[in-house]
Amino acid sequence: MIEFQDLYKAFGAKRVLEGFSLQVRDGETMVIIGYSGSGKSVALKHIVGLLHPDAGEVIVDGQAVSTLAPVGLTLVRESIGYVFQFAALFDSLSVADNVALGLRRRRLDEEEIEARVHEALALVDLSGTDERFPAELSGGMRKRVGIARAIALRPRYILYDEPTTGLDPVTSAVIDRLMVRTREHLGVTGVVVTHDMRSAYTVGDRIAMLYEGKVRQVSTVEEIQQTDDPVVRQFIEGRAE
Amino acid sequence: MIESIGRRSISAIEEVGRVGYFLRDMARGLRDVGTWGRLVIVQMRRIGVDSLPVALFIAAFTGVVLALQASYTFTGAVPLYFVGTLVGKTMMLELGPVLTGLALAGRVGASMAAELGTMKVTEQVDALETLAYDPQSYLVVPRVVAATFMFPVIVAFSIAVGIVTGWLTSLALLALSTPDFIKGLKLFYLFKDVWFGLLKSASFGFTIALVGCIVGLSTRGGAEGVGRSTTRAVVYSAILILVLDAFWAVVLL
Ligand SMILES: Nc1ncnc2c1ncn2[C@@H]1O[C@H](COP(=O)(O)OP(=O)(O)O)[C@@H](O)[C@H]1O
Ligand SMILES: [Mg+2]
Repeated sequence: MIEFQDLYKAFGAKRVLEGFSLQVRDGETMVIIGYSGSGKSVALKHIVGLLHPDAGEVIVDGQAVSTLAPVGLTLVRESIGYVFQFAALFDSLSVADNVALGLRRRRLDEEEIEARVHEALALVDLSGTDERFPAELSGGMRKRVGIARAIALRPRYILYDEPTTGLDPVTSAVIDRLMVRTREHLGVTGVVVTHDMRSAYTVGDRIAMLYEGKVRQVSTVEEIQQTDDPVVRQFIEGRAE
Repeated sequence: MIESIGRRSISAIEEVGRVGYFLRDMARGLRDVGTWGRLVIVQMRRIGVDSLPVALFIAAFTGVVLALQASYTFTGAVPLYFVGTLVGKTMMLELGPVLTGLALAGRVGASMAAELGTMKVTEQVDALETLAYDPQSYLVVPRVVAATFMFPVIVAFSIAVGIVTGWLTSLALLALSTPDFIKGLKLFYLFKDVWFGLLKSASFGFTIALVGCIVGLSTRGGAEGVGRSTTRAVVYSAILILVLDAFWAVVLL
């Protein structure tokens, strides 16, 4: 289970999270929606200890992430796959090496690594792209490699930061289907940050809206579609006023 | 006014503190030889390929100018074979290390800052961390170690080239014979000249790479931020090279 407990985070005078609390249950896919710049990525980065909270804590499997020593933090990170917004592939490494990087760190033998790389690339429908380089791939393909890199680690949790932002509708649908497939195949718990409502409805079990540093509402997809909260309504319906 | 001075000194102190933390983390990263060992070779090759042409180009012309200026300055009052002494000493002690250092601050330092800056703003550095790599041992240590060891090598070549072009110039334009040039070269030669120059070069290499990495990894704000970091890395390391140069002169000469 991943649990945000009353998280506070500011950058200088800019307060981003102000009492952010949310529980992600095992097996579910939690979607966090919110305006650009509302702090969704910041919240996500706290889960893997890329950012330190000013106050509050993120608990992953009973452990408070910000208090962990390097060894403990590494163990937590090994249970989490992180899919970055623009995929964050390493330009100097081939697709296969990108996917293998995390596995090499765990000192698996090369045969096992190769098998896992192929399996992961097959799962994202990118078999045969092993030797290509990130610069030769389209945006959608890069995202899929990013997903492959995360699932190759066989994590218990996968965090997706805006997996469909900047993609055309068809490619977005492909990514949505992949996220659903990944979850069915690996039984992972997911946290998906997005402002793409179609994607949120497709992949989410529950949806939480981050607004002014806090969770404004968290509920199932059906419930949130019926919400009375004007702020949430405006966002999910995409109205200007 | 006082307030602004106060604010500036606080931010300067913070800056020094950050460099301190960075050095501590780098020292920790140094222990993970398994990770950085392989990568050092890659970086050394890159630094060599990137820098040698520029460094040798500069050294070649410096040698020519040194020889001509020496003879011009001597105006016949000083025996001409001192041209060899001046070319040798100046290349080894000062111009070899410093000119190469300044040129490579613009090349090696800038490219490190741009590369790490791009990795930072595209979240590749974050990605490394989530894959359980320490950016210090994966990115910083290989670059700093490689630069520290490669710079003296590059400078050694520069010194040699500078002396050779100085000698050729003396032969062609100054009516100085080869034995005389060598006599001048040997005259006040001390082994210290060589190690002093190379030690200085190592310290410049260390500084350039360190600044490039620190500035690169603290990049914020997209492509524009990368541009800013690149410029900052060059300016900071150029200043630090000149300060270090004076420091070594005071301490060791
Ligand atoms: N490392 C950082 N340093 C300073 N400000 C940051 C940093 N990371 C994020 N921010 C700021 O925090 C706010 C929230 O950012 P973010 O979480 O990326 O928003 P989003 O919800 O679009 O993902 C933004 O205003 C951003 O500028
Ligand atoms: Mg974001």
